[in-house]
Amino acid sequence: MDWWFFLEVFIGGLLSGVMYSLVALGFVLIFKASGVFNFAQGAMVLFAALTFVRLLEMGIPMLAAVGVTMIIMVILAIAIERIVLRPLVNQDLIILFMATIGLNYFIEGMAQLVWDSKVHVLDLGIDEYDAFEIGEAFINKFDVYAALIAGGLVLVLSLFFRYTVIGRALRAVADDHQAALSVGIPLRTIWIYVWSTAGLVALVAGAVWGSKLGVQFAISSVALKAIPVLIIGGFTSVPGAILGGLIVGCGEKLAEVYLGGFVGGAIENWFPYMLALLVLMIRPEGIFGEKIIERV
Amino acid sequence: MFYREAGQFKTSYKKDQSILPIFQDRIAMVAMLIFCFIVIPLFANDYWLASILVPFLALSLAALGLNVLTGYAGQISLGTAAFMAVGAFAAFNLQVRVPEIPFLIAFLWGGFCAAGVGILFGLPSLRIKGFYLAVATLAAQFFIEWLFTHFDWFTNYSTSGVITAPPMTLLGMAIDNPLSKYFLVLSIVVICAFFVRNLARSEIGRAWMAVRDMDIAAEAIGINLMKTKLLAFGVSSFLCGLAGALWAYVVLGTVEPQAFDIARSFEILFMIVIGGLGSVSGAFLGAGFMILLPILLNNVGSLITGGTISTETIAHIEYMVFGAFIIFFLIVEPNGLARLWQTGKEKLRLWPFPY
Amino acid sequence: MSKFLSSVVSFIVFFVVSIAIAGEHFVPITSYRTGPYGVSGAPAANGYVDYLKMINARDGGVGGVKLAWEECETAYKPDRFVECYERLKNKGEAGATVFQPLGTGLTYSVIDRLAADKVPLITMGYGRTDASDGSVFPWVFPLMANYWSISTAKIKFIGEQVGGMDKLKGLKIANVYHDSAYGKETLPVLLKQAEKYGFELKGFPVAHPGLDQKATWLNVRRFKPDYVVLRGWGVMNQTSIKEAARARIPANKLVGVIWSCSELDTVPAGKAAIGYNCSSLINPGSNYRVFDDILKYVYDAGEGTGEKEEVGHQQNYKMGVLMGIMTVESINKATEKYGNKPMSGEQVRWGIENLDLNKARLQEMGIDGFIPTFKVSCSDHEGSAPVKFQKWNGKEFEPASDWIATDQSIIRPMIEASASGYAKEKGITPGCN
Repeated sequence: MDWWFFLEVFIGGLLSGVMYSLVALGFVLIFKASGVFNFAQGAMVLFAALTFVRLLEMGIPMLAAVGVTMIIMVILAIAIERIVLRPLVNQDLIILFMATIGLNYFIEGMAQLVWDSKVHVLDLGIDEYDAFEIGEAFINKFDVYAALIAGGLVLVLSLFFRYTVIGRALRAVADDHQAALSVGIPLRTIWIYVWSTAGLVALVAGAVWGSKLGVQFAISSVALKAIPVLIIGGFTSVPGAILGGLIVGCGEKLAEVYLGGFVGGAIENWFPYMLALLVLMIRPEGIFGEKIIERV
Repeated sequence: MFYREAGQFKTSYKKDQSILPIFQDRIAMVAMLIFCFIVIPLFANDYWLASILVPFLALSLAALGLNVLTGYAGQISLGTAAFMAVGAFAAFNLQVRVPEIPFLIAFLWGGFCAAGVGILFGLPSLRIKGFYLAVATLAAQFFIEWLFTHFDWFTNYSTSGVITAPPMTLLGMAIDNPLSKYFLVLSIVVICAFFVRNLARSEIGRAWMAVRDMDIAAEAIGINLMKTKLLAFGVSSFLCGLAGALWAYVVLGTVEPQAFDIARSFEILFMIVIGGLGSVSGAFLGAGFMILLPILLNNVGSLITGGTISTETIAHIEYMVFGAFIIFFLIVEPNGLARLWQTGKEKLRLWPFPY
Repeated sequence: MSKFLSSVVSFIVFFVVSIAIAGEHFVPITSYRTGPYGVSGAPAANGYVDYLKMINARDGGVGGVKLAWEECETAYKPDRFVECYERLKNKGEAGATVFQPLGTGLTYSVIDRLAADKVPLITMGYGRTDASDGSVFPWVFPLMANYWSISTAKIKFIGEQVGGMDKLKGLKIANVYHDSAYGKETLPVLLKQAEKYGFELKGFPVAHPGLDQKATWLNVRRFKPDYVVLRGWGVMNQTSIKEAARARIPANKLVGVIWSCSELDTVPAGKAAIGYNCSSLINPGSNYRVFDDILKYVYDAGEGTGEKEEVGHQQNYKMGVLMGIMTVESINKATEKYGNKPMSGEQVRWGIENLDLNKARLQEMGIDGFIPTFKVSCSDHEGSAPVKFQKWNGKEFEPASDWIATDQSIIRPMIEASASGYAKEKGITPGCN
């Protein structure tokens, strides 16, 4: 048993899992605050990444590009709140879910219409091929930096939720819309905050994934991988998104390397889903999620 | 004035329980059937038959299946295309290994295999629901796609992984031209549509709708959740499997597993959302919309601009239009085009009086 | 209601547009500018259209009859391709001349209709490999080189790199392929070659779309291959190149297929792609008269379809131009027999089957050196053209080998066996007329 190889696979899996968590974070934010499963998160990642990379290509310095992209994402958030969420306030969650599927298609089409559908190289100034050597295992430096960025973002968000006024308001809204309204929390403003934060997370995720893969249409399919992460970690938990991501990333890679050979390989597409299915049967709310209580 | 049911008395229980109790409705249905079976074949050209009507009918069958599951029984499924794939490959495999079997039996076999797989992947629905269940069906989608790509047994060891449907003959006639294909698909779809309509009005249908509305309450009044939900999965997957077999045999003639990918699942979901959840006509309206819109956009685009709008831009606009329409329908009329049609019919009942 | 309206509109559209293109050779262009492969399909479509525009502007069409074309977006989906095919097959005065689907799944979906519709298909470097046997597949032409031929060329290239085919014995070759019908198609021929030359072969499928290949390449590294044969398409390619670098497999040990051989694959991979080898049906470089002509007659006149920088410098664009060359040459050959009037699909089929691109003709067309000479015949719908290999140097592709002939002795028996199996299944009597 080649332990160095196992270590490499394991750590590589953990690191790529963190990248999935980045995308899952956006989902968690929106679900926590409004109970909506935002299927359009993948499209938002694509849109944010495309906007960012195109601005960079136009010669705008990086910090300014980040700022401009954020402003655009906030505008997008406001538009979504006004056009999609407000009219659907009292509807079934299923309806809202399907509305976000529609939103996904819309944003995907719009992103490519506005910017174009070519592949764009995103250079964040980090060398992708450098690696730390631990014994005989190579740990890719870029993955480590990405993990640190994701970890940092999670920390910031967790602190934000716990210690700031807006954070507390968000948690209140997640608990019960009506109660929050009756205490005077402005629901609409909160939603704009949430979708904007999700936009920021989408931008970071888009930058990291785009740098790794090149910014292109296929990035929005990364969102599909984030779903098992959410199932395993729990829809409403930020640390759950991280843990879920780690489990999915790790499990996927280990399964592909060690089990894949027996069944013909390329099992990465469905393995996380089977894992999620297993968790669903045993503990439907996920590891850190809140138990779902239904009243008749 | 024309649509009133005044004066129509039912003289037996049987008449009272007919599918189309209003006389005018029956006339409309007969007229539509005549239109479909006689008028269209007379006037439509090959292109319309082969590239628009036949795919439309096949996809509406799949939409019908999904409607049974999501519209009537309230279980969200994102794995429709996987069940279609099972139907297609099962039918193909049966015919390849037992060549004497008539293709209709192969279709039924495809449907039953799909029903079996559907019930299997529907088992999680006993523990989870809503979009958690959607995730389970996503698992089915990816797993089945992988299964057919990987194990050459399913494609009869073809080097390219593409299966070619064997030629179909019915009562000695070969079914290979657009007209005969059209009749075949139309007949199958009409039969299935009546089947679903009947099912929806029956005890099973009512049980499904009870489960959709509030399953805990349904269980409380004595509906067997397991049987009901699994039956929904079974019937729905049967129809989807049949649609998949039709897609492989009649529409394309050849199929590779990628034809039944997740984009296809979403397409069918869109159809029933736009068309109207929980209605038979909704499946057809939604399918018609989804199939004709890209063609319309393509043609109108080239007409208006003389080819200066690139096909790429048109395709992007298509995406945006679909997304926008979904949101629009969900906001304005969550019950889709079918509800709009029904509202129209109700207004027609009062016409020419205002109320 | 909407169905009725749209049908009325479509009818008017067809009527109007059909009138507009009377008296011309009609070339249907079934392109994909969107969807997962749109990035690859768009430049190819641009190249195709530009070449047609150039022929119209420079030569006044073919035989004095202008070329007309219409693009139809397939998004790489078989059902949309079938719809495009059905809509365009009878357009134009004499019907569609020839279809080039640029996709294997798309090809399969219409093969059975071609004989009845009398429209040929050119599937240059892809498609149904056994269609190289024209006696069973009279309407399908996998021109220049099919998948299996290219695979033999790749092994020959590796042999060249290690100093001779006999040195292949004992070598370890990994085959990283897209987990789809396309990807799996070369497995049988690779196994045959492994048997013949004595190298150890292992396959590593990559799940579609291939964005995340870390685990696959960890597996590859565990295998410690001497060479890696790459068979990808779309986004998989650049990720493969990058992951190979991360797995410490040098780029010059990678040998890619012709569909993993474009700037779209190497540029996003950055410095990891330097030294990457891949096969190509065309010579690298842009120094050919045909591109100067396109710039002069099309772009200077403001009619360019894509971007000027692509002309002659982008692999997919050049492949698109090659598609145009094949179409126009086939029509040209057909007019030699049938006269100077709009050509029908059936006539163009004869043209393709009798294509003879010798050095003199290539010089005439301004593409001498761009493609090799080759000749098509009824039994050989491929033309058995040799394959070139090119290497990425960080800025552009440069030649990595000479034209390497494909090994038909391995492939031809396999093709004939497969084709006759198809003929039996479909009840076709093979024959060359």
